Parts: sequence; C-alpha cells; structure tokens
Amino acid sequence: MNETHGDTIMRVENLAVHFPMGGGLFGGQRRWLHAVDGVDLELKRGECLGLVGESGCGKSTLALSLLGLQAPTRGRIILDGHDVSGSAGKDRKDRARFAQMVFQDPYSSLNPRQTVRTTLEAPLRLHGVTSRSEIDDRIADVLKHVGLRTDQAERFPHEFSGGQRQRIGIARALILRPKIIILDEPVSALDVSIRAQIINLLLELKETLGLSYVMISHDLGVVEHMSDRVAVMYLGRIVETGGWETIFTNPQHPYTRALIAAIPDPFSRTTGVKITGEIPNPLNPPTGCGFHPRCPEARDICRIPPAPLLEAIAEDHLVRCRRVGEFA
Amino acid sequence: MSQKPLLEVENLRIDLSIGDTKFPAVQDVSFTIGRGETLGLVGESGCGKSITALALIGLLRHPLSIGGGIIRFDGREIQSLSPAQMRQLRGDRISMIFQEPMTALNPLSPVGRQIAEMFVLHKGASWRDAERQAVEALASVRVPAPERRVKDYPHQLSGGMRQRVMIAIALACSPDLLLADEPTTALDVTVQAEILDLIRDLCAERGTAVLMISHDLGLIANMCRRVGVMYAGRIVEERAAEDVFRAPSHPYTSGLVASLPLLGARARQGRHRLMEIAGVVPPVAAFPAGCRFHPRCRASTEICVAADPEVTLLPNGGSVRCHHHE
Repeated sequence: MNETHGDTIMRVENLAVHFPMGGGLFGGQRRWLHAVDGVDLELKRGECLGLVGESGCGKSTLALSLLGLQAPTRGRIILDGHDVSGSAGKDRKDRARFAQMVFQDPYSSLNPRQTVRTTLEAPLRLHGVTSRSEIDDRIADVLKHVGLRTDQAERFPHEFSGGQRQRIGIARALILRPKIIILDEPVSALDVSIRAQIINLLLELKETLGLSYVMISHDLGVVEHMSDRVAVMYLGRIVETGGWETIFTNPQHPYTRALIAAIPDPFSRTTGVKITGEIPNPLNPPTGCGFHPRCPEARDICRIPPAPLLEAIAEDHLVRCRRVGEFA
Repeated sequence: MSQKPLLEVENLRIDLSIGDTKFPAVQDVSFTIGRGETLGLVGESGCGKSITALALIGLLRHPLSIGGGIIRFDGREIQSLSPAQMRQLRGDRISMIFQEPMTALNPLSPVGRQIAEMFVLHKGASWRDAERQAVEALASVRVPAPERRVKDYPHQLSGGMRQRVMIAIALACSPDLLLADEPTTALDVTVQAEILDLIRDLCAERGTAVLMISHDLGLIANMCRRVGVMYAGRIVEERAAEDVFRAPSHPYTSGLVASLPLLGARARQGRHRLMEIAGVVPPVAAFPAGCRFHPRCRASTEICVAADPEVTLLPNGGSVRCHHHE
C-alpha cells in the first residue's frame, strides 16, 4: 500500500472504536456501542483541523485513539508514514513523542502536589533526557514559549490563575517537542477575558514550532477562528468535512447548518432554523442516515439502510447526505 | 396597573465574610426591570452576577449576606419580608432556574410530583388536580409524551429534558419574574437553542420578566433587550443589547467584544489577532482601589487609581461607570 506522506502528517482510515456493553459475567446479550464508526481523516503538516460535534458524538474517543490511549477496533492510523494502529508497549513512547494532548480543564489535569518543574521533568526523564543542564534548558525554553517565567517553575498549580494553568498544560504537551497536538476544548473552561490570550498563544506556537493541531471544540466561533479545515461529527461518523471557509459559508449537511444556526446571534433577537430532539442513543442508532430523526430535510429515503456515504461534492468538500443539494 | 417597575434594585451591596472581615462582593449595583422586560447580566466568574440573583430571591446564605441597599419587588421591600412571606413569593411570583438541573431537582421524587408541588403549595390545589396540571405544564415545555414523562425520575431524563422540567417548575405559577442563571451552559448547542426559544416564547406569552445571567455576551445580547455588564462586583455598563456590541462604552466591554472570536467574523474580515485583556479577574478580597478595572485597563490614568468612577448617563441611553468612557 502506498504510504506516501509528504504533506500529510497523519492519516486515519476507516477507524472504528466499539465498546462492549452488557454480556459477560451475568449473561445477557452483549451489545456494541459504536463510539467511532468508520472515520477517515487527513491532517496536513502545519494545519489546524477543527473537530466539531455535540456530546456523545465520539470526538473525544477519536482523540484518545489518535494518541494511542484507546485501541481501535478496526481501521488504520498512519503517523508520518508509519502505520501505528496495532502498536502498544514500546511504541507508546514513540507516539507520546509524536503527539500530545492539551486538556479542557487546567484545574483537574495538573497534579496539585507537583511543582510545574516536576510536571515538566517527568516526561523528559521517561524519554531518556537525564542531564540536569539539558532538563533545565528544555524547561526554561518551553516556559518561555508559553509566556511563563523560569522562576515560576518552582510553584504549584494552585498558585496560578486559570489562564496560566492552561499555559502550563500547553508547556506539558510541548516538552517532548511533538509534531501534533490534540486540543480538547482548550479554552472552554477559561474565563471569557482570558480565552483570547490562549487562542493567540496557540496560533503563534503553531507557526513558530511548526505544529499541527486537531482541535475538538463545541464553540464554533473558536473553531472558525483557528481552523484550516473542519470535520463535523455526528453519532460516531463524520458527516461533513472541508476547508473552514466552505464549512462556515457554504455548509451542506443539515446538521452542520443546524449547528451554525443554533449559535445565538448578538445582533438579532431571533434564532435561525432549529432542529429538535437530542442525539439518539448510540446503542440503538436510527436506521439509514443517523441524523434523520432530527433532520428538517429528512424524507423516506433517509430512513432506509445502508447509511449514506461520505461523498465529495466539490474539491475538498465531503458530505454524508443522500439529499445533499436538494434543499435550499 | 402601576407605572412603577416590577423590580427596583438600588445600591445593592453583598458582603462576603471571611473571618471577621467583610468584603463587598457586590457593591452599588442598581437596576430596574419593568413588567415583561428582559435584562441580562453578563460577566466572568466571580463578578457577582449569580449572587445578585440569589439576593433577589432571598437565597443568600453565610458567608454571603446583603450588606446594604434596597430590593423592591412590586413596591415591597423584600428585605422586610418574613421568611414565610418570602417563601410565598418565591416560586409563585419570582422563580429561578439554575445551570445544572440535575443538582437542582430532587433525585428521589418523580418530576411530575416536583411540578405538582408548585400548584399544591402556591395555588392550594389538591394533589390530584395538581398532578393533572403537571402534565399540562410538561406539555407546555414541549416534552413529548408528558403523561408518561411525569412518572420519570430526574436521572431517567437527558440534560435538555431536565432543564425543561426546571422551566416547567419555575413557570408553573406564571411568575412575574424569572431569574435564569446560566440556564444552558451545561447543554449542547442545538439543545441550548431549543431551551432559549422555549424561555423566550413562554415568558413572552405569560408576560414574565426575565433576568438572565450568563458569561456569554452573544447569548445575552440575543435574548435580552438590555444588558448590564458586571466586573468585580459592579455593573460597569448598562446598555441596549445592540449597543453593547456595536458601540461599547466601557473599556472592559469593548475589550471583551474585541476578544471574542465571533461566528462569521473571519469569513467577513479575515483572521486577525484577537484583542487580549491583560491580567486576571481579581478575587473579592483583593478588589483594587479606585476603578476596579484599572490594573487591566489600557486607558487607565492617575485618576483611575485615585478615584472610584461615578455612574455616567450616556446620551443615547444607558449608563457607564468609567472616567474615560467612549
């Protein structure tokens, strides 16, 4: 198989993560929850891919499997030309050096009993950096990048504000000099006046360090601002993907349209098109198109299996909808 | 009907007691809400917006207490009411919905009973009548199959459904004033849109005034006719919703507006660096002297450190608390 990578730093092919539910010790029927159900993604070098969807759509499970923290049921993950789908154990370390994560909540994701230095030092030691001077240099370097002073390394997380803690979280992700950073709702736990600082910092770091991002967020304003490309997920599948401008100015899937219309417009006192209901139970997904029970455009054909395919309707614009283009 | 506003808050002060010291967590907060009007209070965590709402409904508890000022609801000063009178008012004429409906609902009682309780306590209905009305109340908040849903316990419902139950309880007695504290923050965006529509429609139908509290300036501007921006225990700017975004007057408000990555902004104007507000929100015990925003303000001068700015009325309506307002 052709493993060319060039511009592509990560490729995900038909990735699925299924969780067993029930069954086991007390009998009963074992069922499978399809948290991620056949996802294809491509992350280009230096780009930020925004991953959008509501709770339960599988975006966090997908992120964990990209990091190697959740074994996929099937499919392939190709990092910089290397197939890492089956890897575990020793390869874990290589992947940690390649991809890291910034978590949503900088209050719960930092160890309260460790100074910033201890938090930053642990991964270095695990990865064989043992010389005192090199450790000090790398810590000083990464702190400078995230806008903290070197003397602040001796402090504990509680001595920092939320924005500063998120800077520590970013420093922790950067310390091994990874190529890819997965950002899981990186600003949603922060005060509104602090968010811009972190968003600006992340965009600067992407340029200066040549990073690639996969950013999970439900805040479409942040996604539009930061992303180069966007993938919209629903019930474990990508329903639409394309360049940020395509997704935000010419969305084609009814779900993408509904997400965008659902954002309150500060300049009007009304709201756009609405969808009703909530995400169905993924243990018992609807037949045919997973979105049909909530879709304002659904017709009988949408209820009939199999599920529609993710199909290109223009260059770099894929949509998973049978009726795409049929509605205004 | 009287011309007086439904709710008048004058120079409200809320103290936070730490040991023997009292710190003003909210100070000199004044606003009015007319019948059927919508007012939004927007601000970051710790600015005092939620405790302002709790003070209105008589739910402040130690270490928080009302330290001064007047809250007049329909002409009556609520501080002078006895606990029993306050209980009568609460739920009947003023009610509240909270951010996390799971912690606000009783997990051991079916939701129908929790709604029915309102009719029994405030309207003297029998339980049988009240339970029938509970079904109607659930139907009014657009819960499908309400006659079955009334028997459900909160854990059996999704977050959006629970918030609908909260709204049904809050609006059961058609109150004059609804306090909504971050009612959709815990919900997904498509569900948020439905809940906001529901609050908007039901309150308009019943003539219920709304005080909505949120950290989301866009949401507040969309939902409310007037907006009060709070910072460090004060309302720093109060304006018509559309003016807050188009022509903010206080440097904090204009900083916030310029720091938001608003949907559609990049498509219209391309990506530019978001404006940052330096520093952090000060804790209650360390509110700075003078203007409380001065350490973070780009327009700050000597007078901002020396003197607390007064409220200035703006020519096009609204007010601002700043020495150098635009």
